[in-house]
Amino acid sequence: MNKILFSSLSKKFVMALAGLFLLMFLPVHLIINLMLLKSDPVPFNRAAHFMATFPVVKIVEIALIAAILIHISWGIFLQIQNWLARPVGYAGGNKSETSFFSRFMIWTGASVLTFLVLHFFNFYFIKLGLVPGDPENFYSVAHNLFKISAYNYIYLICFVLLGLHLFHAFSSAFQTLGLNHRIWTPVVKVFHRIWTPVVKVFALIYSILIPAGFAYISLTLWLFR
Amino acid sequence: MKLTLKIWRQKNAKAKGIFATYKMEDVSHEMSFLEMLDALNKNLVGEDKDPVAFDHDCREGICGSCGMYINGHPHGPVPAVTTCHLSMRYFSDGDTIWIEPWRAKPFPVIKDLIVDRSAFDKIQIAGGFISVNAGAAPEANSILAEKKKSDKAFDSSICIGCGACVAACKNASAMLFVSAKISQFALLPQGRIEAKERVRAMVEKMDELGFGNCSNTGACEAECPKQIKLTNISRLNREYYKAY
Ligand code: HEM
Ligand code: SF4
Ligand code: FES
Repeated sequence: MNKILFSSLSKKFVMALAGLFLLMFLPVHLIINLMLLKSDPVPFNRAAHFMATFPVVKIVEIALIAAILIHISWGIFLQIQNWLARPVGYAGGNKSETSFFSRFMIWTGASVLTFLVLHFFNFYFIKLGLVPGDPENFYSVAHNLFKISAYNYIYLICFVLLGLHLFHAFSSAFQTLGLNHRIWTPVVKVFHRIWTPVVKVFALIYSILIPAGFAYISLTLWLFR
Repeated sequence: MKLTLKIWRQKNAKAKGIFATYKMEDVSHEMSFLEMLDALNKNLVGEDKDPVAFDHDCREGICGSCGMYINGHPHGPVPAVTTCHLSMRYFSDGDTIWIEPWRAKPFPVIKDLIVDRSAFDKIQIAGGFISVNAGAAPEANSILAEKKKSDKAFDSSICIGCGACVAACKNASAMLFVSAKISQFALLPQGRIEAKERVRAMVEKMDELGFGNCSNTGACEAECPKQIKLTNISRLNREYYKAY
């Protein structure tokens, strides 16, 4: 059983599932964050309070933390194996045509990780009571952070890099889960012809819109408030 | 044309290798890449030097032994050809050509440009077959195969096991090779019987031999001389998950 659970394919399977779960969470997070743009702190704080206390959300939160931990640990583990698989590199370089951002997943991922650590200190750990701060007023915590230029720079850079991570992540996850060109039923048979372009276009829209949304909040609060 | 060759020279598996530089005068555009190397070796032998060791057998693109890494591409910069089919007309006068062996931990260098690809054999032996009694050929029409699927199986079966996919992959992953070998059986009724054991065993062996993991970057597909498609890898993934 261990051999199955820890084979290269299973690791990628779990990683892709965890990644897809994170992909679903990002829009939810963005929608809540858009309430930061209101001058009234109540809606945002109410939403944050709901996320912190509602039992169903609590379960999702545990799943989310697990997904982040699994995605990161398997990501780093697999990457180390990948480096070890080619101890001597090529003097003539590697000029093969590839999906461009796939080459930098570990680096774009690592920058997201840096941001996550910062983010956990700024918000999540306040909620857990590990760091001083008022968990009932994340609105002002956020607004204060966005007044710091350095924070905005880090924020913006990390979200651009997240976008690059997501662009490859999307189609990669479909391929890993074996959903690339699968013909399930006659209905999907029609659909499968346009499947790959649909995934690609969706990935592109998603990986631009989500980071752009977060960046919009950062820029507005930083420069125009 | 005149060429400068930078070729990896390594006496044996244990020795440290280095790039040696060779100047070639009047190389003809009509030569194949291997003929160009033959010419070089003829010169080297004439000078009483050790010729460059490289693997080759059929010289017609079917045995898969002639792999070498040329100017940043396995089998050279031209798509869908093996090194033996690579023509010198794709190179120009004054070019410098870097020639290296496949680089992957499971493919150790034996000498110069020759690597040990027996890791692929080990994966094949682990499950890349169907169990039938040897003897007279069975009646061809007793097991019906869907035309579309048998065409796909054929497309997968033309993998020649050259290892260019591993050489191209930034992770030295063998997924394209294994997926082709899995697909050629998985798509046909004869192959379904042992499908589960096969995919488990071949993936386990692939991992054990130290190949990297698949990042879905697609370098393998871009470089495969037989144009094996990435959809094979998707099928391999499916077959693997179905096996449990
Ligand atoms: C919100 C954050 C993140 C999301 C939504 C996300 C999503 C994804 C998805 C869907 C994949 C595709 C899985 C596959 O290739 O099958 C992926 C790949 C990857 N992720 Fe993330 N990820 C996130 C953060 C991170 C972090 C923090 C790291 C830390 C190191 C990371 C490292 C990687 C790596 C290395 C890959 C490529 C795996 C490979 O090439 O085999 N990711 N990500
Ligand atoms: S999949 Fe293509 S590149 Fe890989 S071994 Fe087979 S023929 Fe060579
Ligand atoms: S020598 Fe056989 S494929 Fe090139």
